Amino acid sequence: MTANKTTNRSAEAPDQAALEQFRGYLLRYALLQLRDQGAAEDVVQETLLAAIEGGGRFSGKSSVKTWLTGILKHKIIDHVRRQSREQPLMAESDDPERSETEAVDALFAADGHWRNFPANWGDPDRSFENKKFWEVFEMCAKLMPAKTARVFTMREVLELSTEEICKELGITATNCWVMLHRARLSLRECLELKWFGQS
Amino acid sequence: MSFIPSCKEVSELLSQAQERPLTFPEKFALHVHLPLCKGCRNFREQLGFIRAAVRRYIDQDDTPR
Ligand SMILES: [Zn+2]
Repeated sequence: MTANKTTNRSAEAPDQAALEQFRGYLLRYALLQLRDQGAAEDVVQETLLAAIEGGGRFSGKSSVKTWLTGILKHKIIDHVRRQSREQPLMAESDDPERSETEAVDALFAADGHWRNFPANWGDPDRSFENKKFWEVFEMCAKLMPAKTARVFTMREVLELSTEEICKELGITATNCWVMLHRARLSLRECLELKWFGQS
Repeated sequence: MSFIPSCKEVSELLSQAQERPLTFPEKFALHVHLPLCKGCRNFREQLGFIRAAVRRYIDQDDTPR
């Protein structure tokens, strides 16, 4: 990118209407992480504005979608940073590692066996085509406790590494692993109960 | 970890395998447990599915590619 961005936008820079098409996608992305409609709409709005203003910075090397997702990720991480300053994961009164460990323990018998043995889900990818499946998935994701969900989505939606998550939230790697494990166990349990066990 | 790993320990390792490379003794524990335990084998499949499902969820096809 050589010249001044207001007078010499690259020909492929997407216009506002082109960017608007991605609003639904961006909103789902933000909502899964933030679990708050208002906050999600805010970060998506900021993202689209930044994209419109910075259209000249779109290099065309990646797709518009990838470019927008990159901007959104930064906005979400900023939001999570503010949020974890205001509501730290490590409240002095509770010990999240302990309560997470207890939640995991509850899914296993005293001898370490599964209480509910994970079933064979057959060919689960077929569910991707089913609208009803995504309703169940959304419902199950919302059942996760807020703090567990925050760590899980930082890992699976923002695709941050465990180290980055630890740094952002001020938790240990072990704590992070326990929370991720709990999140996966809870999602697994719910999907099996509400979807795969039904068919 | 005790000599014979339990489902609980194995499920933790399977989950952590998505975050970091497992050590040799940890891999060995999986190697001992998984052929004998259908529940944990199913769980391993489900972990892969869950990761893929999150990506697919945000990427549903109402947007241009
Ligand atoms: Zn097992």
